[in-house]
Amino acid sequence: MDKFTTLTGVAAPMPMQNIDTDKVIPARFLKTIKRTGLGVHLFDALRYLKDGSENPDFVLNQEPYRKAEIIVAYENFGCGSSREHAPWALLDFGIRCIIAPDFADIFFNNSFKNGILPIRLPRAVCEQLIDDSKLGGNARITVDLERQVVVRPNGEEVHFEVDPFRKHLLLNGLDDIGQTLRHGKAIDGYETGRQQSQPWLPTIAA
Amino acid sequence: MAARTLFDKIWDSHVVERLPDGTCILYIDRHLLHEVTSPQAFEGLRLAGRKLRRPDLTIAVADHNIPTVGLRTPPDIKEEDSRIQVQTLEANVKAFGVPYIPILDVRQGIVHIIGPELGLSLPGTTIVCGDSHTSTHGALGALAFGIGTSEVEHVMATQTLLQAPQKNMRIDVSGTLGLGCSAKDIVLAIIGKITTAGGNGHVIEYTGDTIRALDMAGRMTVSNMSIEAGARAGLVAPDQTTFDYVKGREYAPKGEAYDKAVAYWKTLPTDPGAHFDTEVFLTAAEIAPMVTWGTTPGQVIPVTGIVPNPADEPDEGKRAQLQRMLDYMALTPGQHLTDVKVDVIFIGSCTNGRIEDIRAAAQVAKGRKVAEGVQALVVPGSGQVKKQAEEEGLDRILLEAGFEWRDPCCSMCLGMNPDKLTPGQRCASTSNRNFEGRQGIGGRTHLVSPAMAAAAAVTGRFADVRQFG
Ligand code: SF4
Repeated sequence: MDKFTTLTGVAAPMPMQNIDTDKVIPARFLKTIKRTGLGVHLFDALRYLKDGSENPDFVLNQEPYRKAEIIVAYENFGCGSSREHAPWALLDFGIRCIIAPDFADIFFNNSFKNGILPIRLPRAVCEQLIDDSKLGGNARITVDLERQVVVRPNGEEVHFEVDPFRKHLLLNGLDDIGQTLRHGKAIDGYETGRQQSQPWLPTIAA
Repeated sequence: MAARTLFDKIWDSHVVERLPDGTCILYIDRHLLHEVTSPQAFEGLRLAGRKLRRPDLTIAVADHNIPTVGLRTPPDIKEEDSRIQVQTLEANVKAFGVPYIPILDVRQGIVHIIGPELGLSLPGTTIVCGDSHTSTHGALGALAFGIGTSEVEHVMATQTLLQAPQKNMRIDVSGTLGLGCSAKDIVLAIIGKITTAGGNGHVIEYTGDTIRALDMAGRMTVSNMSIEAGARAGLVAPDQTTFDYVKGREYAPKGEAYDKAVAYWKTLPTDPGAHFDTEVFLTAAEIAPMVTWGTTPGQVIPVTGIVPNPADEPDEGKRAQLQRMLDYMALTPGQHLTDVKVDVIFIGSCTNGRIEDIRAAAQVAKGRKVAEGVQALVVPGSGQVKKQAEEEGLDRILLEAGFEWRDPCCSMCLGMNPDKLTPGQRCASTSNRNFEGRQGIGGRTHLVSPAMAAAAAVTGRFADVRQFG
C-alpha cells in the first residue's frame, strides 16, 4: 500500500448527500476478478450518457477535475453495499482522500483498508471546501495527515480527527496484513500450542 | 473463572494477541474459498509478494457460477463473467497450492454444505469464508462467520483476523414442533419476531429443547439464517447429535483422536449462569408453516395468514416501504396466501439443500404431480447429497411427480448462473433471501421450507402442508 503523508491536489466538488456505493460503482461491474481497472466505471451513471459518451456536466469530466485526488461531498458518503468495489474504483481513478460531514461505517473502514483517507469535517467546513474547490486548478487543497490539518487555498488550516492506529498505518504505508505480520512470532507460538493441545484438527495436503 | 458462554470459550481459545484498543488477533482454523470473493484477495497477495500461510487449513470449491444441467466445467460455462471467475479460482489454487475440490468430483457442492459433510467443520473451531452464510457451520458449535475481500486476503496471509468481540445473544425455543413444521419455519418465525436487525452486533446461541431435538441438518438451516436475523454468526452447543454426525467423516478425527476431541467438545457448552446481553424466548406453539410475503426475510406469516395492509402501519415512512413491497410482490392487502399462485419452485441452497430436505420434499411429492404451468427444480447441495438421494430412490419419486432433478450448485438461490427467474415470475423458494431481484431481475421470492415448497409445487398455489397426509 502507498504511504499517505501529505497530499496536495485538485479537489472535486460533489455537493450531494447519500452518495451510495451503487452510485460510486454500479452493481453490474462487481463480477470482476480484479480490484484494479474499475476507475473507468467510477460514478458510471453520473459520468456517462445513455449512448456511452461522457456527460460534460459531470465534474470528473471537466478540467482540472479529471485529475482530482480529493472529493468533497456531503452527508452519509458510501452508504449501501459492504463490498469493497467502491474504494477500489475510487483508488483506481486516483482518489486518495474524501472529505464529508460523515460516512457510512463499512465504507469508512473499507477506505482505510485500501489506502484512502476519509476525513470527517463539519458541514459548514465542507461547504467552504466545496466553494474553494470550485475555483479550479489554481485552488489546490493540501491534506497533511501527520499534522492532521486540511489547508485551504487561502492558507487557512482546519484540524481533523483520525484514529491513531489508522493514522500510523497510512503514514507508513502499512496495510492491516503488514501490521499483523509483525506479530508473526505470536502466531507461530499459537500454532505450536494448538498443535499440541488439539492435535486432531484436520489439515489437508494439497 | 467466571461463567462463560459457548461463544466466549471459542473466542478466548483463539485469541493470539489482544491489542491495546481491545481488538484481537483471532486465529482461524479453517478458511473456505469460493470463486466469487477470492480473486481480488489472491491478486492482493500476488501484488504484495506474500505467501498463503496455511494452504493445509484452506479449501476451495466453485459453487456460485456452476450450471446445474448439462456440461458444467469452464469451457462450457456460457456466461463470460462466470466462466472467468471459475477459471481464475482454478488457476489461483494451483499457483498457491490450495486444496481444491474439482467441479466433477462427487464431493463438490455448495461450500457451506460440504464443510460439515467432509468433517472439516468441527465444534470449537473458527471458520471463515468470504460469504455471509458461513454462519451455517455454527450449527456444529463452531464460531463461523462471513468476511470481506480484504479480510479474506488477511486470513490467507496470516491465518488470523483482526476482530473486536461481539455481544452474546440467546434465542431459546421450547416445546414440541407441530406436524409439518421444520427448522426453516423455526428460523423464519425467529426473524419475524426479532426482525432482520434483531441480532445486530451479536453472536446468537440457539438453545432450548426444540433446538436440541433438531438433527444436524435442521440446526444448520437455523444457523444459516442467523445473518438474516442481523447476526454475523449463530451457534448451537455441541451434543451427542453433533458427535454422532461428525464421526466417520472424511477429515474428522478418528479412533483415539476422536475420543480426545469429544472429551474437549464436551467442555464447550455455555456454563450455567453465563451472561447473555440479550435473550429472546419462543415456544414451538408459536411456529406454523411459514411463508414470507415481502422483500426482506422479516416479512413472514403463517401459511394460513393474510397479506397485511400497509394502511395499518402508523409510521409514514414504513407504510410507504410496505406499499412498495406489496407492489413489487404483486400482492394485495387481505389476500389469503393460499390463493396466491406460483410459477417456479426452487428446492436447494445452503439453507435447505441437504438430504433431509430432499426427503421432506419427496415425501410430499410422492404419488402427486407438479401443477400445470409450474416449473419445479430440486438442486442437491452437493454431489454426495445427490448420490445418496439417488440411492434412496428420491430422484425417481421427484422425477415421476414432474420435478426437475439437477446437479449441485447455488443455482436459483441467486441470479448468478443460468437458473434465474424471469421478470414477474413468482417463486416458492427454500433459500434464504427474498430481496428484490435476488433470484433474477423482477423475480418475486417467497421463502418457505422444503415440504412447503413441494406442497406449493403440486398445488400450484401456497398450500398448508399439514393438510397433506
Ligand atoms: S446457496 Fe445461496 S446463500 Fe448459500 S452460498 Fe450459495 S448463493 Fe450464497
